[in-house]
Amino acid sequence: MDQVTRRRFLGAATLTAASVAVGPWVARSSAQGAPLKIGLVLPYTGVYAVLGESITQGMELAFAREGGSVAGRKIEMIKEDDEMKPPVGVRKTEKLIDSDKVDILTGPVHSGILMGMRDKVHNSKTVLIVSNAGADAISRDRCSRWIFRTSFSNWQPCQPMGGWVAKNVSKEVFQIAPNYQAGKDMMAAFRETFTPAGGKVVAEDYPKLGETDYAPYLTKIKQSGAKAVFAFFSGTDAVNFVKQYDQFGLKQSIKLTGAGFLTEPDVLPAQAASALGIITGHFYTPLLDNPTNHRFVKEFRDKFFGKVPDGFACQGYDTAEVIIRAVKALNGNTQDKDKLVDAIAKVEFESPRGHFRFDPKTHNVIQPFIYVREVREVYGGLNNVPIDKVADVKDPGTGCTLPA
Amino acid sequence: MSFLPDLFGQALNGLSYGVLLFLLSVGLTLIFGMLDVVNLAHGSFYMLGAYAGLSLIAATGNFWLALLFAPLVVGGIGALMERACLRPLYRRPPLDQVLLTFGFIYLFEDVVKWIWGGRIRSIPSPALFSGSVTIFGATIPSYRLFVIVFGLAMAVALWLLIERTKLGAIVRAGVFDAEMTAGMGINIDRVFTWVFAGGAALAGLSGVIAGPIQSAYPPMGASILIPALIVVVIGGLGSLKGSLAGSLIIGQAETFGKAWLPGASMLIIYVVMALVLLFRPQGLFGRPLR
Repeated sequence: MDQVTRRRFLGAATLTAASVAVGPWVARSSAQGAPLKIGLVLPYTGVYAVLGESITQGMELAFAREGGSVAGRKIEMIKEDDEMKPPVGVRKTEKLIDSDKVDILTGPVHSGILMGMRDKVHNSKTVLIVSNAGADAISRDRCSRWIFRTSFSNWQPCQPMGGWVAKNVSKEVFQIAPNYQAGKDMMAAFRETFTPAGGKVVAEDYPKLGETDYAPYLTKIKQSGAKAVFAFFSGTDAVNFVKQYDQFGLKQSIKLTGAGFLTEPDVLPAQAASALGIITGHFYTPLLDNPTNHRFVKEFRDKFFGKVPDGFACQGYDTAEVIIRAVKALNGNTQDKDKLVDAIAKVEFESPRGHFRFDPKTHNVIQPFIYVREVREVYGGLNNVPIDKVADVKDPGTGCTLPA
Repeated sequence: MSFLPDLFGQALNGLSYGVLLFLLSVGLTLIFGMLDVVNLAHGSFYMLGAYAGLSLIAATGNFWLALLFAPLVVGGIGALMERACLRPLYRRPPLDQVLLTFGFIYLFEDVVKWIWGGRIRSIPSPALFSGSVTIFGATIPSYRLFVIVFGLAMAVALWLLIERTKLGAIVRAGVFDAEMTAGMGINIDRVFTWVFAGGAALAGLSGVIAGPIQSAYPPMGASILIPALIVVVIGGLGSLKGSLAGSLIIGQAETFGKAWLPGASMLIIYVVMALVLLFRPQGLFGRPLR
């Protein structure tokens, strides 16, 4: 009789484990061997769909290399389109956390969505690895133990450019960026090193996001007497601004510099020759000369029909690499969220952009380098050619109180 | 740092923007005035024009051929839409028509994504106007000067067409009272189709014209619709003169707003609209409200 009771008990336990997880012990045994669910909140429609696509492809490349599973757990990517709208992104985040019960969350592209999903992620103790959105606050006063970032803080590509532009281009600069938080953050980061290097901001302007006619601003830039411009625009704004800058004949007389997004491959083909000579700061360009990047570019092009990876693809690739390494270190057991966070924080590896590691103080990536890049026509097309670099660019993390 | 060249330069900027708005809004206002249809898909015709232009340039390598033929393509699409979808709705409440044209925004957007993809594209400036020129100390791209001259020439041509030809007289009569015009033995249905197709073709034309200045992307039509609607409200429904005046006013107001009060540039055009609505609710050149 004793045996029967035991068998019954075991049977009941297995049933429970297979259906609803009740206790921590049962939950753990169900998770091992179960698929590793990764939720993606990214734009898959609209102008920014190309960013979501690149990030996803970067992840798929790394996961495919592992044969689609890690530590015995099949990798399951659940993709949700956030449409670049904060309410939609937040709703999709809740769905992934509450009904899909994802193990790890990644995304978004839009900083507004990141700020909107932050509390839900933090309160539900869901691990989020930010794979694009650059809102400084997530590495500052809104940082969270549960949130990591493999991409960048807005501060990172801009702060080193200030000193570089003052030294190598001009000390009289006109600043221009869209009128929203990221634009203002980036312009302020630039000034942090520009002003101490003797630079003077002649004037600054903040056109509305989604502006189509920059003529009034370009006339002001022309009349301002500035010798260089430091700009941040992305998407259609980047195309319109760069084309109109060229059409107004400013390119020859006033050097255009900016944050890397100004000339990333999502906008470069539409900007065409107007982009030639623009100097930008970014942590990546496919032309980087290191063995990991050579392999990354080759494998990416082989897998995705000749497409050259961009910074967004590198962000996705590194995000997947972080997940793979952390889950392996835990032998596939991701139930203990504290251990998962500790394992992620410890991950270090050779990324296409250089030696990748997180800042323990903020959980934000320490950029191995910010590359100063110039748009040139090489290898049969327009490319961001690295011409200089600044090492170990770490967000100051002001106001973030994670344990050091 | 000199004030006058700056002022003159900004005035030219405002003029080129205003002329572009005119080409877009004149079709909207004529359709509005004559068919009593608020065509929310008008911005989509602008988008279709830009994309048709892109393909025509890719095929022929010639900007001018694209400028000629893209509007014909878009006009044809407009005629089809009017015949097949709008006509059955004329006797229904206006809201039904608005909903229908609203639906077309999404339809056209998906068609564009399906044919051309969602990537940002752009039309290169024609070689003839790729540089910039300096007039009285103000620098302006030569292409924008072309846009100004072309747009004003189109305004004169349209004015002659509407004020000096029999077709124009019919259109004017139709705007005033479509039912009465039909009673005079005019085939008003056919005129409706022509006006709708003409308005669509003008929007397509402005899409090609704007191509070298702006980028082409699927929701581009939606973002340009608001300023076009504001122009129509300011100028008065159905009035050619009104849409020209409204466009030039909005062009200057927005440009000088951006130059001098960048934080309030959007506010300024709404203030202009509010003032017009307050003191002349029918619009600058509209018929008094009955």
